[in-house]
Amino acid sequence: MEFYLEMLIAGLIRGAIYSLIALGYTMVYGIIELINFAHGEIYMIGAFTGLVVAGLLGASGLPTLGILVIALVAGMVFCAGYGVTMEKVAYKPLRKASRLSPLISAIGMSIFLQNYVLLAQTSDFVPFPRLIPEFKFLEPISHLLGSSDLVILVVSSLVMVGLTLFIRLTRLGKAMRATAQNQKMAMLLGIDVNQVISLTFMIGSALAAIGGVLIASHSGQINFYIGFLAGLKAFTAAVLGGIGSIPGAMLGGLVLGVAENLPIILSAFFADIGLNIDIPNDYKDAVAFCLLILILIFRPSGLLGRPAIKKV
Amino acid sequence: MRELSRGLLASLWMVVLTAPLLVVRVNTTDKVVTWRWGNMLWMAIGSLLLFLAWRWAMARRGGDVQAADQDSWFDKLLARIGQGPLRLPVILGLVLVALVLPLFVSMYEMDIYARALIYVGLGLGLNIVVGMAGLLNLGYAAFFAVGSYTYALLNHHYALDFWLALPLGGLFAALFGVILALPVLRLRGDYLAIVTLGFGEIVRLVLQNWDSFSFGPSGIANIARPTLFGREFGVQDSAIFIYYIALALVAVVIFVTKRFQDSRVGRALLALREDEIACEAMGIDKTGVKVMAFALGASFAGVFGVVFAAKQAFINPDSFTFIESAMILSIVVLGGMGSIVGVAIAAIILQLMPEYFRFMADYRMLIFGAALVLMMLFRPEGLVRAKREHYTVKDLSPQTEDK
Repeated sequence: MEFYLEMLIAGLIRGAIYSLIALGYTMVYGIIELINFAHGEIYMIGAFTGLVVAGLLGASGLPTLGILVIALVAGMVFCAGYGVTMEKVAYKPLRKASRLSPLISAIGMSIFLQNYVLLAQTSDFVPFPRLIPEFKFLEPISHLLGSSDLVILVVSSLVMVGLTLFIRLTRLGKAMRATAQNQKMAMLLGIDVNQVISLTFMIGSALAAIGGVLIASHSGQINFYIGFLAGLKAFTAAVLGGIGSIPGAMLGGLVLGVAENLPIILSAFFADIGLNIDIPNDYKDAVAFCLLILILIFRPSGLLGRPAIKKV
Repeated sequence: MRELSRGLLASLWMVVLTAPLLVVRVNTTDKVVTWRWGNMLWMAIGSLLLFLAWRWAMARRGGDVQAADQDSWFDKLLARIGQGPLRLPVILGLVLVALVLPLFVSMYEMDIYARALIYVGLGLGLNIVVGMAGLLNLGYAAFFAVGSYTYALLNHHYALDFWLALPLGGLFAALFGVILALPVLRLRGDYLAIVTLGFGEIVRLVLQNWDSFSFGPSGIANIARPTLFGREFGVQDSAIFIYYIALALVAVVIFVTKRFQDSRVGRALLALREDEIACEAMGIDKTGVKVMAFALGASFAGVFGVVFAAKQAFINPDSFTFIESAMILSIVVLGGMGSIVGVAIAAIILQLMPEYFRFMADYRMLIFGAALVLMMLFRPEGLVRAKREHYTVKDLSPQTEDK
């Protein structure tokens, strides 16, 4: 039984990171209906910025949690910068173009950013220092919930609550919701739509950076390619929750994280009841994609999304 | 002057933005930090020049990047060759050059040209799906993989001949195309793109992990080379033979594409791309037409997959990653969606360029990504603008004069 609980928690941790990235996808999609393919790369750049900060401050004698906070902030700031720049260069001029053009531009951007990091840093896996210390009070249950697990859960919950409050309560949040609902109308009411779009990219990228730094510290190694798969899965999470819906992205991420452990869980379950069916764990990536295809076919609006209405 | 100061600002922004990744490099195991200030200088100069070039390009287009509808000299040149009396001589000349090429180049180059031709075929196949039908398929390499593995596996287990595998590979790939297309075609454009991407990855993951079926990551080696009426070739002649096979297949594929383009289904496809609802109102079987496009596009990939397997004599799942799909997609996008000539030119350029510009090898993918973005910004129609067939009605006036 313990094993299943362990898998559940591991799934939730991974899912929390997916949620953080998925939020960026869903917010951008909600506003300009673009699948920002390069969003996963922003997450990867966040992880690398965290690495640089950790490397610079590693010898400074700061407590590791302090370094983690600085790495998170630096990652968020720089990724926000990357996000805004990317939008200005690759997407803004294409706002009136056909739907395929910005998507292809986004794929180009994704390849570009990947190789930019490859050339600027390295193509190998680099070890990422552990920025999260072992907490004493977690020792009795450390096999279930390590300290980095706890930090990820706490930070991502805080961020999600903060984001929800921001969108619900502030003026800018209101402007974002209005723009998502009807861009032209928002413009007529005096909302600076360009600013809102930039803001959306900033927030989305900053969230991805948090995910990047946290997961890097959790898994202990990064390379330039981690953004691709994480981005795809986060997108799956966003679609699962209903793209455009912010609570949907959070829920979708968690569900996907847990669902990915299905091959292991099922294998263990079959072993428990005496069947000898072993599903290789390598299929966990395939689970996400199968899930994506199934949702899109049977419930394209996702768990919490509203069905799209085709207008003539 | 104002432009220059704005350029300096932009350059400063880029320098600050890229500073952590470009300047600092940390080695966390040895705790060594390397500072590379030189990169910062390059970034500053580079981004300033790029910004000025950008502004210049924008100014030339009156501030709106998408407003470039006037023909450039390139368009005029192409139009002159394409329509004028030069058309036939140019085509014949190209065919002749392609035919005698093996006499002049080394075996290594032969191999590259054969690969370039394979990519022409792949580009043309994807062109039907993306260019003509407007359905973004990001998992096209999966069909390529199906073709390759069809030949590799059948050859490995049953010693199947290349010539038999050729149609079989196309058939299997088309079957996969239909299997994928039927459920997903209801989806909107960008969802479709992601689902096809997921499909491509699933196929690759299965090939990678299902050891007992596909031999996993180690792949399949010693795939038989093609024979000519039972006659086997040595390594050198075989490279030339495969080149000719690829050339012939490309010719077939071009012919098929051309016929398809002007057929009833092809025209329906182009119309669907422009306006689905109007097409449905006109009674076009939306799903049927799209499935056909998907199957035809996939079958091209399958056929060339067989050729690829025969050329390499060894395949493994690494040849069919997302990057491969992205590469084929960029061939279509850069060449000009819907344009046969453009796709062929782009495939050859993209395949040959890395060979002849070795010094740029590291920057290849970087330039590639940037090219995709720039192409979408400044020339979304691609190198060669696809032209629609115009049917002019010669004489409509009723012949009332006849008594």
